[in-house]
Amino acid sequence: MFPRPIEKRAVPFQVSYRVLVVLALVLWMLPLLAIAMTSIRSLEDITTGNYWGLPRDWSVIDNYLAIFTASKIGRYLLNSLIVTIPAVAGSLALATMAGFALAKYRFRGNFFIFAMFIAGNFIPYQILLIPVRDLAIGTNVYNTFWALILFHTCFQTGFSIFFMRNFIADLPDEIMESARVDGVGEWKIFVYLIIPLLRPALAALGVLIFTFVWNDYFWALVLVQDDAYRPITAGLSSLRGQWIASWNLIAAGSIVAALPPVIMFFVMQKQFIAGLTMGTTKG
Amino acid sequence: MMSKWALYWKHNQQKWMPFVFLAPATLFFLVLIVYPIVESLRLSFFKWDGLGEKNWVGGGNYVELLSDHRFWLSVRNTFYWTVFFLIAPVVGLLLAIFLNQKIRGIRFVKSMFFFPFVISQVVVGLVFAWFYEPHNGLLNEVLKFLGMSPIAILSNENWVTFGIIAAGMWPQVAYCLIIYLTGLSGLSPTLIEAARLDRAKGWKMLWYIIIPQLRSATFVAVVISVIGALRSFDLISIMTGGGPYDSSSVLAYFMYDQTMFSYRMGYGAAIASVLFVLMDIYIVYFLIRLWRGERGTSDRSILGN
Repeated sequence: MFPRPIEKRAVPFQVSYRVLVVLALVLWMLPLLAIAMTSIRSLEDITTGNYWGLPRDWSVIDNYLAIFTASKIGRYLLNSLIVTIPAVAGSLALATMAGFALAKYRFRGNFFIFAMFIAGNFIPYQILLIPVRDLAIGTNVYNTFWALILFHTCFQTGFSIFFMRNFIADLPDEIMESARVDGVGEWKIFVYLIIPLLRPALAALGVLIFTFVWNDYFWALVLVQDDAYRPITAGLSSLRGQWIASWNLIAAGSIVAALPPVIMFFVMQKQFIAGLTMGTTKG
Repeated sequence: MMSKWALYWKHNQQKWMPFVFLAPATLFFLVLIVYPIVESLRLSFFKWDGLGEKNWVGGGNYVELLSDHRFWLSVRNTFYWTVFFLIAPVVGLLLAIFLNQKIRGIRFVKSMFFFPFVISQVVVGLVFAWFYEPHNGLLNEVLKFLGMSPIAILSNENWVTFGIIAAGMWPQVAYCLIIYLTGLSGLSPTLIEAARLDRAKGWKMLWYIIIPQLRSATFVAVVISVIGALRSFDLISIMTGGGPYDSSSVLAYFMYDQTMFSYRMGYGAAIASVLFVLMDIYIVYFLIRLWRGERGTSDRSILGN
């Protein structure tokens, strides 16, 4: 293990290490603590400049109630869900099939197609902006959920194929071979033999994609306009324009917007990290 | 009795099934990724307001870019982002080494350190805008406490880009930390023990024994950081909108600004094309490495966006 386990050190060293960890943690979380504190203050505190002391009166309920009643933040959250869930399901489905084909069949152009998907995952959004927007307008999906769902499904597929293909490649070929000998068709092999083995990969990938799509801001900005379709990221930034100096409301809104991916992360932390770092320890 | 087609399928499905499996994803990708790239590159040779006629101007947009000071400002800032983002893997590694212990509650501590990576950049941007707030923001409170005069980071042309980069570093370091913590847990214990018997310690141990074993983690951390820097858009849009006077703009934001607010589609496409070519250097580098890995030992790395 590197560095040397702390238990093998002298006691004063161990104690100071622990103190340092706590200090580093507080420092690291300071921006977030600040916003959490701000979200429970009253506007009076903000205007009189009491930003960092104890709140004079606690406005936890007032502020969080205010953002839901005085703004469309509930609508934005719902919109985000409506966009994110189908996009996650769609890209998982597309990527599982394509990843299976790329991992388990040999054919000409295999690496080329794989490379296309990977490269697509890295490109800057701006190179897509004008044509994708025009396509959306031309097909009448501009300013609807469909524009965001379809685009995210497609864009996340690049990353997902990369992930799925590598995961499936590690599954032993023998299971497929023996099924083929028994005369099982390829589709059935995929559905009944492969997919059940992919559960951990699907979970890991699903959490990641959920976070990526939920947190998207650029496409939320350019593919929809109305509050009726606007996801929480774009919604929050438009609320900021309305709330200008009401930092307590902006803070509460930020916390609410961050919550779903954060909950996802804490509930499925193991899968999340496994997904993010798959393969970095090899090679 | 099977029909001719059914019989053919029965014997040849191994040949055709991969294409059936690939078809939906490939079709989507061709329409929504490949075609738009080609179309954007083509548009960069036109003058177009998005509605009217497209007029061929050849390399005109690119020539104009060369004499547009906002373009060079964006190039310079994009360069700053890339250079400073390369610090993220270093800080991530040091933090990972610092946190790679088994004391009580360390799991919780680690997840709190990952935290910034999970939340949206919009929220990160708002958090830091609050942090930098000129009147009572935490940063200025600290400066006041230290007896220094407060500065309005986000409205200062010289500081604004670095202020936003600092905000961007927060989730980026978290990302690198995750990668390196996993890397550290995969180190070979025998190699470390052997090095310890040879009295390797501290920096020597880190430099000669540990870092070489973390090669793939480093590769991923560096590529992700460069791509993240070239992609920077959200924070700039939230925190300053490119201002003051375009001083915090980057290529990604400049393109958006020209396209969406000035309706200069061709010009925007030219900016996007420049960014795209810049990014291709890294994409090709990554693909070559992957290609080598596929042929030799399986050397894989995963990248998020």
